[in-house]
Amino acid sequence: MSDITKQSLSELVKNIKEKKLSSNEVTKAFIDRSEKSKELNAYISEDYSSALEKAKKFDEKQNLDLKLPGIPIAVKDLFCTKNVRTTAGSKILNNFVPTYESTVTQNIWNEGAILLGKLNCDEFAMGSSNETSFFGNVQNPVDKNLVPGGSSGGSASAVAGQLTPITIGTDTGGSIRQPASFTGIVGLKPTYGSCSRYGIVAFASSLDQAGPMAQNVKDCALLQEIISTYDSKDSTSIDFKRNEYSKELTKNIKGKKIGIPKEYRVDGMPKEIEELWQKGIQYAKDCGAEIIDITLPHTSYALPAYYIVAPAEASSNLARYDGVKYGFRAKGENLIDMYEKTRSEGFGAEVQRRIMIGTYVLSSGYYDAYYLKAQKVRKLIKNDFDEVYKKVDAILTPSTPSSAFKIGEKKDDPVSMYLNDIFTVPVNLAGLPGISIPAGHDSKGYPLGLQIIGKAFDEQNILNIAYAMEEKISFKNKINDWWIK
Amino acid sequence: MSKDKLEYLISRKDNQYEVIIGLEVHAQVTSESKLFSTSSTKFGAEPNTQVSLVDAAFPGMLPVINEFCVKQAIKTGIGLNAKINNRSVFDRKNYFYADLPQGYQISQFKDPIVGEGKVILDMPEGQKEIGIERLHLEQDAGKSIHDLDPQSTYVDLNRSGVALMEIVSKPDLRSPDEVSAYIKKLRSIMRYLGTCDGNMQEGSLRADVNVSVRAKGSKNLGTRCEIKNVNSIKFMQMAIDYEANRQVDLIEEGESIDQETRLFDTKKNETRSMRSKEDAHDYRYFPDPDLLPLEVSNEFIKKLKSEIPELPDDKKKRFIKDFKVSPYEANILVSDIDTAKYFEEVVSKMGKNKDIKLAVNWITGELFAVLNNKNLEISQSPISSKNLAILVNLIKNGTISGKIAKTVFELMMDGDKDPQKIVEEKGLKQQSDPKALEALIEKIINDNREKAIEYKQGKEKLFGFFVGQAMKASGGKANPQLINEILKKKL
Repeated sequence: MSDITKQSLSELVKNIKEKKLSSNEVTKAFIDRSEKSKELNAYISEDYSSALEKAKKFDEKQNLDLKLPGIPIAVKDLFCTKNVRTTAGSKILNNFVPTYESTVTQNIWNEGAILLGKLNCDEFAMGSSNETSFFGNVQNPVDKNLVPGGSSGGSASAVAGQLTPITIGTDTGGSIRQPASFTGIVGLKPTYGSCSRYGIVAFASSLDQAGPMAQNVKDCALLQEIISTYDSKDSTSIDFKRNEYSKELTKNIKGKKIGIPKEYRVDGMPKEIEELWQKGIQYAKDCGAEIIDITLPHTSYALPAYYIVAPAEASSNLARYDGVKYGFRAKGENLIDMYEKTRSEGFGAEVQRRIMIGTYVLSSGYYDAYYLKAQKVRKLIKNDFDEVYKKVDAILTPSTPSSAFKIGEKKDDPVSMYLNDIFTVPVNLAGLPGISIPAGHDSKGYPLGLQIIGKAFDEQNILNIAYAMEEKISFKNKINDWWIK
Repeated sequence: MSKDKLEYLISRKDNQYEVIIGLEVHAQVTSESKLFSTSSTKFGAEPNTQVSLVDAAFPGMLPVINEFCVKQAIKTGIGLNAKINNRSVFDRKNYFYADLPQGYQISQFKDPIVGEGKVILDMPEGQKEIGIERLHLEQDAGKSIHDLDPQSTYVDLNRSGVALMEIVSKPDLRSPDEVSAYIKKLRSIMRYLGTCDGNMQEGSLRADVNVSVRAKGSKNLGTRCEIKNVNSIKFMQMAIDYEANRQVDLIEEGESIDQETRLFDTKKNETRSMRSKEDAHDYRYFPDPDLLPLEVSNEFIKKLKSEIPELPDDKKKRFIKDFKVSPYEANILVSDIDTAKYFEEVVSKMGKNKDIKLAVNWITGELFAVLNNKNLEISQSPISSKNLAILVNLIKNGTISGKIAKTVFELMMDGDKDPQKIVEEKGLKQQSDPKALEALIEKIINDNREKAIEYKQGKEKLFGFFVGQAMKASGGKANPQLINEILKKKL
């Protein structure tokens, strides 16, 4: 089969289970395509030979009861993978090889998946364009010189470009949903506490959440049911009843109440986004859902609050990268000098900016005015959602205020870059699940996404709505493999 | 400088100064594993052999609270008569140092697990109450070793992540002696509870000492200096004495005292400035997002309360009431849990016709002297409580004299021998047969006729001579009381 990489995860699993394909064939196909796709710069580290070995081993003793039987998967380079270099897109971890495995990746290997390699991302997941990576920017398969979004840019590019059938990203303020939207794929940010953070390089602990990225909703649901487990090694992991999301997936969303928040109609939002939203509303209606206008009054404070809370936590979380124990170390005259040189040379500009912001907002005399106030805003935002969820089952919004932009376009304008997260950030602040599905194209042919936000622990519901709408939208990504010579 | 009998005051010319002291005691929680990881806390292991990925702050590693350490902190809070908070929060205290792998210490800042409490000190002038401000849980850092190599610093992370209780007193202490009594009392309570072994040599107990001075009678607190990380009671006392005098000298010279952190140099016996208030770290405390607030129910606290053993203050009251020992003796007996235990074992093994006063004397006298000489804890006593009880009973029932008992005691130390057997084997039993003693004494009087006459003529001093002769003749075994009686009759 020459079109192996075009197959969705569900098709690949079916073909392997029916022995129409071997793991070796599938793994080889994705490696071949990945090799031909170097221009996308989606990978930071490749693990191909080891992947082929594992595939052969799988084929020799096939366990077809597994959910990901011999399926090769590349993952974001924020997940620690045992004996495979893990960089978080940073020079400071350029040479770091963990001796341990993150819970989320362990979960997929337990179901038979095989690691293909580690995917590019913004440095420490701080960015919305994948341009802050020490390993260079990533190309969007949709168009040359277009950013794939970020921070899970390599992951989005790899799924859209068919270098991996599915992937896992992380989302702190939109890092799964925004790149999914920019590349025309599906991305789910689960409820905070759904997926273990153990072994994931931390950015902002109270917001970070791993989640699936896939070509379609069904694959996304399957991956979510695999990666979401209660984990006693993460004190913020929550022990709730987890569905078998893929099995319980249904397109029947008749009578579901879907809220449309007026505050998401922001100033300067392109007309195309508004039109997409209206189209989405129509699709939801066509599926039998009831549309209800709602208000989330504190929405406009979400972005400023996020850009206080996330850098504050990051400034502390990144203190451990000091050149003492592992990773990059610069030579210094003494301990302080070594710290300063290591961190100045080891961290990129955006990471340094956020460490400085975070250090500032936590410092004495400013704590109450910034950090404490931001936490209060966060509570108000959560209250907004709690209030509307008394009336609706889910909320429909655009995923991003624009389609993908050009590489370099916003690099020197951090505020405009931060504005990209305006629709995704409130979801993280409230700890809710949100899914982005591709819903159309703008005039340039670039994909646009719609976001469905759910109640906490109600992933099944938003997956169902996404599944039903996906059929109506019938999105086709316009990717012409321009990078393959 | 003169010291009033009851008050510790520093005098200069016409002025007298009072010293105000508050302590932040860092007590290592007795626990098999660390506060947020499963690594061992055993003292003295090879460097960096008790370090988990969490302790070394590897990327993606997360802390998970050790429930046992939480219980230990709550028990300690109960022992300090303190309020246990149903909800407490772990915060990050951010600073860079080579032996602090995370770049922050997980501690409790605004919401500690234990609130206000109190400790009673028994001072020579009477009881004194010292207020406890709070107790919170926190991680220890690793250890930087600067003297192994001229160029490099070595880091040992075995201690990194070990659970500490920081016990903050109110500024209620007024003298080095009170500080000593306070530390000893804290240690005693925690050892009773089994929450901290109190071993200062191993660093299980150390303190930051806050010292300020003020003119006697003044109500305002002076500017304080904090002396960091003092690890023995003696050093604390020396540091306070030095620091208080330094501050008084500054005031006398019309200078002001800078609020600063100081170090005590044990070799030079002086405190030195470490950093001023301006250079003080901004620790940027904020709630640790990796940990949820710690919530403990009233039932949980109640259950722990039911597990609390009798503490020194109550034990003291009971000893005085039940055993009729003096408050002074009771203090000595209860100050260390093992001493109290030993004493109670002796009492219970002495049976019905017991002489508790005698037992106390033997424990606090002979036994303590031996332990002191051999540098042993009472738990390592060469003489078991059972055998000491037998010995005391042998004295009480007249089998041996107190003097012979000392000989027997010496012999008991060799392998915790049964005193009864020693008395039998060595024939040390007291001669209490009046007839035998009468014969013996008659012989002595006959042999010393002249002296007997002198005695009768009024030279009463000679009575002692006859007692000595009788004791000598009996090989020291004669019952002294009987000898006295018989001699008086016969002479």
